[in-house]
Amino acid sequence: MDYAIQTDHLTKTFGNFTAVNAISFEVAPGEIFGFLGANGAGKTTALKMLTGLLKPSSGQAWVAGIDVTRKPEHVKRRIGYMSQKFSLYEDLTVRENIRLYGGIYGLKRTDIKSKTTTLLEKLQLEPYADQLVVGLPLGWRQKLAFSVALLHEPRIVFLDEPTSGVDPLTRRQFWDLIYEAAHTGVTLMVTTHYMDEAEYCNRVSIMVDGKIEALDTPRNMKKAFAATDMDEVFRKLARQA
Amino acid sequence: MRTVLYLVQKEFLQIFRNKFMLPMLLVMPVVQTILLSFAANYEVKNLSLGVVDHDLSPMSRQLVATFGASGYFKVYNTVFSSKIADADLARDRTDLILEIPPHFERDYVREGAGKVAITANAINAVKAGLAIGYASNIVRAYSLNEATTAAVNRPPAAIQVEYSNWYNPLLDYKTFMVPGILGEIISLIICFLTALNIVREREVGTIEQLNVTPIQKWQFILGKLMPFWMISLVMMTVGLSVGWLVFRIPMLGNLWLVFAYTLVFAPCMLGIGFLISNFAESQQQAMFTAWFFLLIFILMCGLFTPVDSMPEWAQRLNMINPVKYFVEFMRLVLLKGATFADIQQNFFTVLGYAAVVNGLAVWTYRKRV
Repeated sequence: MDYAIQTDHLTKTFGNFTAVNAISFEVAPGEIFGFLGANGAGKTTALKMLTGLLKPSSGQAWVAGIDVTRKPEHVKRRIGYMSQKFSLYEDLTVRENIRLYGGIYGLKRTDIKSKTTTLLEKLQLEPYADQLVVGLPLGWRQKLAFSVALLHEPRIVFLDEPTSGVDPLTRRQFWDLIYEAAHTGVTLMVTTHYMDEAEYCNRVSIMVDGKIEALDTPRNMKKAFAATDMDEVFRKLARQA
Repeated sequence: MRTVLYLVQKEFLQIFRNKFMLPMLLVMPVVQTILLSFAANYEVKNLSLGVVDHDLSPMSRQLVATFGASGYFKVYNTVFSSKIADADLARDRTDLILEIPPHFERDYVREGAGKVAITANAINAVKAGLAIGYASNIVRAYSLNEATTAAVNRPPAAIQVEYSNWYNPLLDYKTFMVPGILGEIISLIICFLTALNIVREREVGTIEQLNVTPIQKWQFILGKLMPFWMISLVMMTVGLSVGWLVFRIPMLGNLWLVFAYTLVFAPCMLGIGFLISNFAESQQQAMFTAWFFLLIFILMCGLFTPVDSMPEWAQRLNMINPVKYFVEFMRLVLLKGATFADIQQNFFTVLGYAAVVNGLAVWTYRKRV
């Protein structure tokens, strides 16, 4: 079976500090893979290596079958990425941001137009299409960022804490968008520190101090730790470390 | 190339939306050209002159009057003791002292020679040098005049020098300053803007989103540089208009050549700005680094000190100063009417410079850290 994402002892060190310590895992196509861990556990660093933003210190990683360590630029065509920090242009309007990224990914002018229309409709952002992004509430910005990451129809999308700081209702809506994408066959790798969100994933891995301490389906994990919810699993794991 | 156009469109949208940017791009060249051209020039006027007249003869008074009428000097006071005059000089009330000895007129009439002493406050060496130069010219002209009117039978001085100032016949310093200042402003603004713009994207985090796209380094850099490249032409147009409207600076050379040269020169400064941004982590760092280089570039570009009078090592060092080439070019073409054939060495040097700097910028830009 061809994995969507596969890593082998992927490691990143900054000086004496090992941010990501030899992690190995596989993600199947179409899977929603949760990447859990406390702040500073190394989730973002791992994601940045997989998206070609950060050069691994050692180990290997393949994304969409391509070696990220050697050919990061080839991977970029096939992936979408939503950074932890909102990184669309605040001084551009919603429509202009969509147009810019459509253009960068080489979409045809007519495609950009039609996609903009469907996107605005789906996100119910039509009234705000020509407003600067700076004025949008955080939840809408995150939905917009996710949609822009999906614009060029990537097979794999990386989401770095997409719902942090967002209200519960909007979080729920955001996960609807994630499910919708998964239904079309997109592989999603999502980092989060909300343990209730872990339940929405097909499989989750829990990172503690740069290492993957547990990796399974939420159901199996709860069974293994004799816990009622993921929160308890996480606390038990953190105590061991 | 289509990708680049989308990026250029985005930059322009941001530039025109920034309330601070447009006024800066248009007001700064206008204000600096006007202000600096009037204020920062080599001309020394209204020097305060202290006179010590020990002679008190018609001739001594005439000499003092000649000083006053020259336009360069204002007679601060006339005293009879060197001590008082020295005290005035020490207290900065006067810039120089003209001391006329006793029997000045008698000696001149009897022996055909007289002596006066000029003492200048040389803390500002340039000003003192000019003051003494003006003063000696006035004394020389005065004595020649006296010699020809008072003693017709005496032969005039054997050698007379006649001055003529080519390319700037009226010795108008503004004519000389404006083209240079234009070069300086354009260099300054576009280098800063490029450096800060890119580092800002890094600070805000938007560059990360660009770096996960398959965008190529040259596309990104071209997308960043092209808007400021075009802006340099606008600034040049504004600056030249001010130069012409306010100062009536001559434009002997071909203006198309000026714009063509700007198109080659601007990428030098853009590239330097880009290079700085590759190594700076914050806008503050970029600002200080850019300022470090620009200060050296501007002070050594020949705008304030002639390049020819710098020590030889400095002149050699100046070969890497792009602003020097620009100032040189502007003066040659606007004031002297130089053609492409005259400035082609300068032109190709700058072209090569731009290629090297931008090559380095592309090479050192990292999409992956």
